[in-house]
Amino acid sequence: MTHYLLALAGNQNCGKTTLFNCLTGSNQHVGNFPGVTVEKKEGPLLKNHELSIVDLPGIYSLSPYTSEEVVTRDFILRENPDAVINIVDATNIERNLYLTLQLMELNIPMVIALNMMDEVRASGNSIDVKKLSDHLGIPIVPISASKKEGISELVHTVKKIATGPKKPPMKLDFCRGPVHRAIHAIAHIIEDHAQEAGYPVRFAATKLVEGDRPMQEALHIDPGDQHIIDHIVEDMERDLGTDREAALADMRYSYIEEICADCVIKHQETREQVRSEKMDKLLTHKYFGIPIFLGIMLLIFWLTFSVIGAPLQELLENGIGFLTGELAHLLAASGVSPWLQSLLIDGVCAGVGSVLSFLPLIVLLFFFLSLLEDSGYMARVAFVMDKLLRKIGLSGRSFVPMLIGFGCSVPAIMATRTLSSDRDRRMTILLTPFMSCSAKLPIYGMITAAFFPQNGGVVMFAMYVLGILVAILSGLLLKNTAFKGKPIPFVMELPAYRFPSARSVLLHMWEKAKDFLRKAFTIIFIASLVIWFLQSLDWKLNLVEDSANSILASIGSAIAPIFTPLGFGDWRASTALITGLTAKESVVSTLAILTGASSDAQLGGILQTMFTPLSAFSFLAFTILYMPCVAAFAASRRELGSWKAAAGTALYQTGAAYVVSLLIFQVGRLFL
Amino acid sequence: MTLDQVKPGQGGIIETIGGEGALRRRLLDMGLTPKTKVTVRKVAPMGDPIELYLRGYVLTLRAEDAAKITIREEAEA
Repeated sequence: MTHYLLALAGNQNCGKTTLFNCLTGSNQHVGNFPGVTVEKKEGPLLKNHELSIVDLPGIYSLSPYTSEEVVTRDFILRENPDAVINIVDATNIERNLYLTLQLMELNIPMVIALNMMDEVRASGNSIDVKKLSDHLGIPIVPISASKKEGISELVHTVKKIATGPKKPPMKLDFCRGPVHRAIHAIAHIIEDHAQEAGYPVRFAATKLVEGDRPMQEALHIDPGDQHIIDHIVEDMERDLGTDREAALADMRYSYIEEICADCVIKHQETREQVRSEKMDKLLTHKYFGIPIFLGIMLLIFWLTFSVIGAPLQELLENGIGFLTGELAHLLAASGVSPWLQSLLIDGVCAGVGSVLSFLPLIVLLFFFLSLLEDSGYMARVAFVMDKLLRKIGLSGRSFVPMLIGFGCSVPAIMATRTLSSDRDRRMTILLTPFMSCSAKLPIYGMITAAFFPQNGGVVMFAMYVLGILVAILSGLLLKNTAFKGKPIPFVMELPAYRFPSARSVLLHMWEKAKDFLRKAFTIIFIASLVIWFLQSLDWKLNLVEDSANSILASIGSAIAPIFTPLGFGDWRASTALITGLTAKESVVSTLAILTGASSDAQLGGILQTMFTPLSAFSFLAFTILYMPCVAAFAASRRELGSWKAAAGTALYQTGAAYVVSLLIFQVGRLFL
Repeated sequence: MTLDQVKPGQGGIIETIGGEGALRRRLLDMGLTPKTKVTVRKVAPMGDPIELYLRGYVLTLRAEDAAKITIREEAEA
């Protein structure tokens, strides 16, 4: 069976995801492009396994500056798809065609899916599709991805192009004057180099005119030729009175203006654009904009964590509890050996079960997040909050993931996928766990009840502030070290508000739920097993009655001295920190078990013998800052795309926790 | 004058695009090329970034980057 590969390329916010969902349904495989954390979605075209379609990242150009753009051009050049579907937003056609002109140079059979044609027509504007197609020399199919109009015609055209005989190269006569001369002169010089390196000549020549460094390196041009090329470009720049990059951008846009003048009749803005402008009068209002945003987030948190999420979570917990109970009965009745019973019940069921009960929260949170994203509001959040995050080297786009971090780091880290820059994504994943998540509340409760009963609120507030402070300091530190290099400029489109499609929202939720379940049954499952082994066995692999004799306890004792300078060298504290990795609230239950406390009051009393108020404060600081739980670690591994990067992130977080607690304890000691 | 000095509701024709590297390329790619008509729509609540309208769509960028774009002011708003 011949297999055909299709690529879907287009700008951000042009309905690309909606179209991809239309074309593949729920039959999607989500992964990353090799070597980068740029998401790659793949699926068969309408259940036809002969044709698979890859969703390329949403980009505006094929410049060499962002990993999304580089991935796109590498994919098209290296994987050599049988056809490219270029989705173009008809309501914003000038800027969308800019990418089209660059894709055309890659010399792959192409079809344009002219999306949102319904909106263009409804507002009394029109586009002469036939004429536009003739100008570009590419078949164009008008569609409406959200209303599923024109899809079958698009599929028909794509199939014909992908499976038909390869056409001669498209006409590429959109360059004029000095740029035209430069491109053709350079094309002549590098023809052999380009063919050898496997690049379309025209694309390579254009890139050399632009001064594209990766292309210069890939072609291995000898110094003599390079000298001539430089000369040609200098001549062009002198003739045009502008530099090379501006010359090419100007050439493309001039050509687009020319053909749009011929094919596009635009009397007025579309209804959606007019409506958006009105909505923004309120949503990005000078005084109301920020309160409205905070109000929306508060509403989402309230709905997720209490109104809808809490009952669902309780229901799931009860369900898991019931099943665990039944399984325990069954195991006991069938006379399975006690250690296996303990392994399955106390290890697997308890470990995976406690994490699994977070599923409703995560699904709900992503329901709301995709509403925000798909409606176009997320771009406004970035617009409104950008100034706050700029100083630490991030943009407004990172604000929402960080805010979600106060609820739970897992969805927060998963939410970084919508960030358009690889660098911002990595940095946000690193900083988000410093936002104190809700699982840490029981720890605050335990420590404040025992040591700061009068000032519980103040201590808790101090912890939240400490987390934010460490994130800010880390941002300042990292933007000049590990994340050096220019951030991607904050030049962002504010798309028209649109009603999110139920299908996209549901698919998004399903994808995130699947992702989380996979984690729960792999890494979290394994982590639960390991912790159970360490907690239930001694070094001779006998089951222990008292967990103080377990392997875990002896590891805790062994590493306890490391924490002596921080004020909590007690082995029970360090053991609790290890179990806290399965879920942060385990710190409390472990301390209760290891101290043999039977009530909160008793636990408080014992804690007072283990800690001084200062060392308790230092312990608390360490607990909120050190690496997040396994579920969050698994999420960051997935989003970062490598174990190494995830481990580095965890190491940094734990290191930061150590330094901060050390400072708190040692400096505090001087005064107390 | 530079684009960051334009008051909301006013606009002009782009004359030159400054800056360098990724930023400059991005500005050009998004359609901020010489001779393009651009209007400043509003300023974000914290005074930055700014919201532009050009080529039939809405774009936002930071004032410090807008300062690298020079424009010729137009009389009409």
